[in-house]
Amino acid sequence: MESHLVTHAPAVRTVRDYRPRLISALGPLTAFTGVVWAIAQPYRITLLHPHHQGFWWLVAEPPLLVVAAGLAFSLLIARPLLADLAEDDATA
Amino acid sequence: MQPRSEMVHWFFATGFLLLGLILLSQAIVGEAVWARRRWRVYLWPSIAFALGLLMWPVMTFFTNSAIHMLAHGAWAQALMVAGAAELGLVHGKLHNRLWRLATPVGIFVSGVAFLVHEQNAWLFARSAFLHHLIGWTLVCGSLVPLGLVLRPRSTLFQSAFALLFVALAVMLYCDRDLAPVFGHLSPLAGPPHR
Repeated sequence: MESHLVTHAPAVRTVRDYRPRLISALGPLTAFTGVVWAIAQPYRITLLHPHHQGFWWLVAEPPLLVVAAGLAFSLLIARPLLADLAEDDATA
Repeated sequence: MQPRSEMVHWFFATGFLLLGLILLSQAIVGEAVWARRRWRVYLWPSIAFALGLLMWPVMTFFTNSAIHMLAHGAWAQALMVAGAAELGLVHGKLHNRLWRLATPVGIFVSGVAFLVHEQNAWLFARSAFLHHLIGWTLVCGSLVPLGLVLRPRSTLFQSAFALLFVALAVMLYCDRDLAPVFGHLSPLAGPPHR
């Protein structure tokens, strides 16, 4: 005789499961947006035509600032946060 | 040697973008994980306080009228008070939950400051349009942190608060000293540059 004792319920994915992916994606997505902006409006990148440009025009380049914000978030915020998320999931 | 006013807007946009990303990640992971490292709890209040502090040199070097100066001064104080109140709350120095009202009030004052110091009509130039748009966005957006005061654990309010800063950053990045908006540029504004 064979009886069906154990039922395998399909795993239900919750927002909690997507948290690491969302956190990992935020920084690269921001940086990618900056790259797309640079391609769409290359004249906003003064480094492409740097001659006779003042200091501030070479420093303040909005698409590159967006890329920098994305990278800074990825390296300084997202990385330790992902480690804590993994730790939290392991203890849960 | 002084940067143009539009560049200052872009630098502030970068600060607000980072602030938006930080708040968004905080909303995603929740309070428990976010507070696992103590420095993270201080992050967004410190950035808000620093942005308020940086508003003082903007007031000193980039204002060309009394109303400009007063608006930026009030703005600097509102941002610093909001940041300082949040710092006090997370550090445990302040206990009354009403201190949380400093953030919606700060954002409301910021919005009013934008509206008050823009003397031109919406379609005068791009900067005028954006000042009106940002002003009204912040005035209406101040309802979001007000909602957070009432429902601090609401993911919806937390995410909306983060996206408010991302939207603010996008608008600030669009700012130019002298450029048309939707094909409109008042002849009184002067010739557009680059």
